[in-house]
Parts: sequence; structure tokens; C-alpha cells
Amino acid sequence: MKKLATISVVLVAALLGITSYLGLAVAPTEQTMGDVQRIFYYHVPSGWVAFLCFFINFVASAVYLWKRSAGSDALAAASAEVGVVFCTVLLITGPLWARPVWGIWWTWDARLTTTLVLWLIYVSYLVLRRFAAGGQTQVLAAAFAIFGFADVPIVYMSIRWFRTQHPSPVMGGGQNSGLDPAMAHVFLTNLAAFTLMGIVFLVLRYKLQMQEHALESAHAQAALKGVA
Amino acid sequence: MTTLTVTRATLMKDLRMEWRSKDAINSMLFFALLVVVIFSFAFNPTAEESRQIAGGLIWVAFLFAAVVALNQTWARELRNQVLDAYRVSPAPPNALFLAKTVGNFLFVIVLECLMAPLFVIFYELRSVGPVWQLIVVALLGTWALVVNGTFFAALSIRTRSREIMLPLILFPISIPALLGMVDATTSILTGEASPDFWVKMLTVYDVVFTAICLLLFETVLNAE
Amino acid sequence: MIATAPSLPPVIVLDNLVKFFGRFAAIREISAEFAAGRLYVVLGDNGAGKSTLLRIVAGLMEPSQGSFTLLGAKKVRDVAHRVGYMGHAPLLYDELSGMENLRYFAGLYGLQDDNVGRQAMLMVGLDPDLGRRVGQYSQGMRQRLSLARAVLHNPELMLLDEPFSNVDVHSAREMAAVLGRVRDQGKTIFVVTHQAPLMEGVADEFVYMAAGQIVDRQEVARKVAAAEPALRSAP
Repeated sequence: MKKLATISVVLVAALLGITSYLGLAVAPTEQTMGDVQRIFYYHVPSGWVAFLCFFINFVASAVYLWKRSAGSDALAAASAEVGVVFCTVLLITGPLWARPVWGIWWTWDARLTTTLVLWLIYVSYLVLRRFAAGGQTQVLAAAFAIFGFADVPIVYMSIRWFRTQHPSPVMGGGQNSGLDPAMAHVFLTNLAAFTLMGIVFLVLRYKLQMQEHALESAHAQAALKGVA
Repeated sequence: MTTLTVTRATLMKDLRMEWRSKDAINSMLFFALLVVVIFSFAFNPTAEESRQIAGGLIWVAFLFAAVVALNQTWARELRNQVLDAYRVSPAPPNALFLAKTVGNFLFVIVLECLMAPLFVIFYELRSVGPVWQLIVVALLGTWALVVNGTFFAALSIRTRSREIMLPLILFPISIPALLGMVDATTSILTGEASPDFWVKMLTVYDVVFTAICLLLFETVLNAE
Repeated sequence: MIATAPSLPPVIVLDNLVKFFGRFAAIREISAEFAAGRLYVVLGDNGAGKSTLLRIVAGLMEPSQGSFTLLGAKKVRDVAHRVGYMGHAPLLYDELSGMENLRYFAGLYGLQDDNVGRQAMLMVGLDPDLGRRVGQYSQGMRQRLSLARAVLHNPELMLLDEPFSNVDVHSAREMAAVLGRVRDQGKTIFVVTHQAPLMEGVADEFVYMAAGQIVDRQEVARKVAAAEPALRSAP
């Protein structure tokens, strides 16, 4: 198991090394934005992995409420953490890209605001997990995850409407619209690399959670038999 | 012993108890008044500007007052562990949830009825749009805050630091509802836009989250 | 003449019941059967798992492993109207009067008649017309009202956790006698207590718990009414 983990981490790191090189050096320079645009190769894949993780969290939480299995709870916990990490990267790389290109750090358009709200919801999910007392943690967190995920489409639609009423600058247009084929190639490889990285993190974190669970169970079973 | 009879009985019991400990009500009302006064000092607009920002101010003030009220909701049931008595009985859990939510709803509406006239006075507010629309938005918006608030308050009783947990988990989820309430109120006050979309959105929000709360409440109640 | 034990199904059947609190095993693989119509006194030191067991059987807590049936049902909710529970804490609203409390709880069981509450209060020796709020009751009065609440709906099975704590000896003896009379009507009662001597006159069986297990069960040779001597069967 440990060998497999090491191999996959090394492989993904190598892959990321290659795709980063492609993104930073090989891909053609964007004509209006210049080299700053290269952050796009990190920004968009991070977002994709984050949203994927949050979706996994929603499904795992629902399954947990239904089946109460340790595996679904572990997956929920792992995906929330990995998702928050990638979402944080998304929220940081966004303004870093926006400032030199569009002159503003932030705008309250539908996409950005939804991302921020999503981040807030899942950070509060993680706080809830930490603060729940003992055995109820999983149930409470799973219930909260349902609320959180149901909220996301509502948030998006609300802000889209709000912004048709009160327009404000929109950043980044459609990132995939009119992508130069050479860039598209680099983008897709980065997307693949980030997805793999996300999966590796997820699996490792999941395993860790399951090991903690196994440890607790082992202690508990020992307490069952051990004392007289 | 249907859900309706138990809901009504529980609601009546809560209202009776609330009435008897009048100091709780009085301190809440005073707190609401303080919030309005402080906001008036912090934001001191002219009569024309006030219509633009009043929506936001009023709803943030309501939100803070509501959170203080919501934190009290389940406190009464935890004293003497009396919630156990409900849980061992055959009474349906959702009746308890509905009773608490309706009770909170009524309580927050009372607070709003106190705070709104004060806002009107301090900010010299006059609405361009029809007032009945404001009332509809207030009802939908208050339910949106209270239904999730009651659920999360129940959730937070099983956590440490429960006073901070409630706003922490409630606020992010409530953002779209808050946006809706604020923008709808502003639209009506200024008469510059129609609040129709927001009314629809708030209705959808209320329906969706009330359904989710009713689905999950029993699970959360019995998480021990 | 009433027939008990052999013909009636057991009221509680525990099957390898386990309860963990984190790493602590509060209940450790308990398997047992309890017959109907008897008064069981559960004894043991603090931490033995008595209250935990009662809470699980009452449906307030899920077991970590194992299962149990209650009055023939796998889910406690299905038979909730036939079970009464009294906890460590009073389970009462301080801001309401005695009758107001009982009226509300009776409503939870679908009982709208005030007489139910009045009878319950009289049975435990309290005045139904007392308008005082429960918050101003003495400890003993609160315990009695708590018992009244638990038996309000005339349950077949009563689970009472320390009903005599903070009650004066005289009242405690009266309550024990009341429980005996209730058992004589065919109900099953479990009493968790530290005060074994109090129950000696009315108990059918002492159940000893230690470290999350039942370590001993002793039938009590109680003075029964002359009509019933042949009915007590061996465990």
C-alpha cells in the first residue's frame, strides 16, 4: 500500500512538472494579456477539481445518511478538505490574474460570488466537523452538506439575476472560448494532471480517515474484550 | 395525536413559557432597539440616499436580532434534559420542528414590527413602491432565515461553542436569501425595479429548504 | 389468578448489545431476556452502564453493535406509547405548573383528558391543583412529578433511572410501594437505583451490573399474595 502511494505521488508530481513546464514555457503567449495569462493553466483546473470534490462530498454525505457506513463518511470528510484546498487556490489565483489584466482584484459577479459562497459553506462544514461532539459528528456534517450543496444553484441564479439588474465588470469571459489549439492542448494536459493530483490527494486523505476509524474501532474492540 | 395537534400544543406551551419569562422578551426587544440606534449612528444618510441603503441595513439588523433569538430556541429544551421526554414519546419529531420554527417566526416578526417603524423614523423612509409588497418580502424572507436557523440551532446544540456555531453555519447558506430580501426591499423602496424575481426566488428557497429541514430533522434530533 | 412468565413473550430481549463512547465500552456484549410483569432492580457502581442501558432500551441512543427487541418490536418508536421513561434529570419544564407539564406530555401520547394528569399526580402524592411552577418545587416534589410524567400514559413497560435520588426515606418508601402496586397490575418495571434496601419488599429480581456487563441476577423470595405462589418460575 505504501509503495503504491509513493509511486502514485511521484508519478503525479512528475506529470505536474511536465505540464507546468508546458504551461509556463511551451504554450504560446496570449496576445492581449501576455504571460500573466499562464496562470489560467492552474486556475481553471483547480476550480474543476474543487467543484468535483464538492460534488463527491454531496453524494458521499447522502450515502452516509442512508447507509451509515464508515467509508462514505471518510470520503465526505476527505473530499471536503481537498475541495477547500483547491477552492482556496482558485480564489487566490483569480485575483492574482485579474489585477494585472482587468485592473481590479475582485468583482461580485455570479461566478466569483458563487465560488466564494461555496468556499464559505465548505469551510463551515469543516468547522462543524471539528466542533461536533463525539459520535454525532458524521451525522451532523452529512446533514449540513445536503443543505450546502442544495444552496449552490440557488446562489448562482440569485447572483446572476442580481447582476443583470446591477451590472458590474465580468472577469475572464469564457475561458474556453476561442482557445488557440496549442493552448488548448496544454490546458487539457494540465487539467488531466490536476485531476490526477486531486484524486491522489483524495485517496490518500480517505485512507488516512479510514485508518483513524480502524484505530478507534480497534481500541474500542480491545476495550470490549480486554477489561476483565 | 397528529402532527398538527402536537405542533399546536408545543407552540402553545412555548408561547406560554415565553410569556411567563417576560425578561427574555424584554431584553430581546431592547436589543432590537439598540441595533437600530447603533445602525443609525453608523450610517447617517440623507433622505434620498436612505432608500438605497435601507434595504441592506434593515435586513442585516433583522439578521442579528434573529440570531440572538434563535440561540435561545432549544436552550429551554436542554434544561432538565426535557427534550428526552419528547423523544421517548410517540410524538412525531417534525411536529417539534414546526412548532419551534413557527414560534421563532412569530417572535422575529414581532421584533421586525418594532424595528421597522424605528428605521422609518430615523431614516425618514418613504416607500415609492406599495407597502404590501414589503410585507410579502418580509414574510418570505423571515421564514427563510428562521427555518434554516431553527434547524441549525438544533444541530448546534450537539456541538461545542454553540453560540458561535449557529451564525457560522447559518450565514453562508442564507446568503442568497439575504441578497433576495435586500434587493427586493430596495427595489420596492426606490420603485426602480420589480421585485417579482426575488419573490419567486425566495419562495423557491423557502420551499426547498423547508423540505430539506423536514426530511433531515428526525436524523439530527436523534443524533446522540 | 394471573399467569405470568411462561405464556407471555419476554418484554425485552438483548442480543450482544454493545455501546461505545469513543474508545470507552460502556456496554459490553450484553445478551439477556427479561420476562413481563416483574419489577427488576438494576444495581451497580457508577460507570457500570446502568443508565446507558436504560437509555438504549428507551430508544434515546442507538447501540454501537448488536440489537434488541422491546415488547416484540425491533424499533422502539413503534411501541413508544407503551413505554415510560424517567431519567436522571427531571425532564420537566420549570416555568410551568405540575398540571401544565402533565397536560402537555399527555398530549404527546394523544391523551387530551385532564384526569389522566390529575390521577398521576395523586398517585405520587402531589396536589393537582397546586399552581406553583415546577422550578419552585422541592427536589422531592420534582422527583415525584417526574415519575408521574413517566407513568402518565399507563405504559406496560417502565424504565426508571434513579427515581429515589434526593427523596426523603418516607416518600421513597411510599413510591416503592406504588411501584409494587403498579407491577401487581401486570406492568413490567425496571428501576435503576443505588438504594437496594428500599426495594427489597417489592422487587422480583435484582440485576447486578459491572463494567458494562450483567454479572449476576438474583430472584427475590418476596412475600407474594397467597393466590400466586406457584407462578414464579426459575430464570
